[in-house]
Amino acid sequence: MMRFVSGLVGTRPVGIRLAVTGLATAALTLGAAQIVQASEAPNPPADLKAFQAFFKDKFPKLKREDFVNGPYSMDEGLYRQWKEKEEFPPYEFALDKGKELFGKPFRNGKTFADCFPNKGIGIRQNYPYFDEKQGKVVTLELAVNQCLESNGEQPYSYVKDDMAAVTAYMAFTSRGKPFDIKIPNDPRALAAYNNGKRFFYARRGQLNFSCASCHVQSPGERIRAEVLAPALGILNAMPIYRSQWGGMGTISRRFTSCNSQVRSVPLKPQDEEYRDLEYYLSYVSNGLPISGPGARP
Amino acid sequence: MRALIPALVVAFVATTVAPAIAAGEADYKAAYAAADTANKEAARLRNQWTTAVKALAASKKAAEAGDFDKAVASAKLAEELSKASIHQSHEQATAWKDMEIR
Repeated sequence: MMRFVSGLVGTRPVGIRLAVTGLATAALTLGAAQIVQASEAPNPPADLKAFQAFFKDKFPKLKREDFVNGPYSMDEGLYRQWKEKEEFPPYEFALDKGKELFGKPFRNGKTFADCFPNKGIGIRQNYPYFDEKQGKVVTLELAVNQCLESNGEQPYSYVKDDMAAVTAYMAFTSRGKPFDIKIPNDPRALAAYNNGKRFFYARRGQLNFSCASCHVQSPGERIRAEVLAPALGILNAMPIYRSQWGGMGTISRRFTSCNSQVRSVPLKPQDEEYRDLEYYLSYVSNGLPISGPGARP
Repeated sequence: MRALIPALVVAFVATTVAPAIAAGEADYKAAYAAADTANKEAARLRNQWTTAVKALAASKKAAEAGDFDKAVASAKLAEELSKASIHQSHEQATAWKDMEIR
């Protein structure tokens, strides 16, 4: 076979031989590059399908929408406790405060309703989104502070208090609506998505944990006294009242405290990595209903 | 034999007496600078460990109290932890894909 090919090429002038060899090498290189690119290029729809299938296989008895109840969906006793707690939910005060803040006019007479589509009601399921003008992922928390600042108001702390209250109210108006996160055909959006995915799976801190170590490998297992929540639907209940915190906390609070727990110095709330992580985690939970605000042990 | 005796004396001093000599401010400054450089690199990689930062702060505090032995020990610990976090960052730049749900 080799002799046949050599003989065939050998019948051509040297210039043509070189050209043929060059083209063949180029074609092989290009082909290989395309294969590598195809296998490594972000493919959000395929990720979503694989992600949801993984949890369905791991917990075959659980309904898809139940994953949004976090640890309560993993443990029957906890589930009963939670049902009782929901009669007088601990986030109720935050909800009332959030409603009040949401409707209270800024000093210029405008309100939060002026900053959001549909006047901010029933839109939680669309956040975060990739803002092509800003060239970055915009979370609901970031949008709330951008609204405040553009109206001459002081931004809220990202981790609790007023931010948790306003986002709790906004989530409440979206309860039952399925996450509907879009990834536009923009390489920057895909890069942000991939950056969030990388952050989710990369190990950090002295304990050498990734987000996935707890929320993919071990949901339903205990870490100390806590039952770990599955990554699927983990943001649908945010913000949450956490007994461990003795109060409300936002997604920013959850991310920064998770990082601290594995002995990694947390990044600043709403830093690019955290916004991208929220983008990835929300996208792979597309189709699951918003259940926030929530309560957790 | 005459040459061996001084060599043995030097070896004895180096292995037993020298470590017992208390660290000075210069030792602390060198150890702290090395730890600080490693910790800044970990910060640049956005992967500092809380334990490294605490050890670095403990080193400074001990030096301010005049306890240079403790200051040097804490600085060395901070440097080791920071180097481990740097290694983790480089390793995880590609290793994260091993955990991915596909």
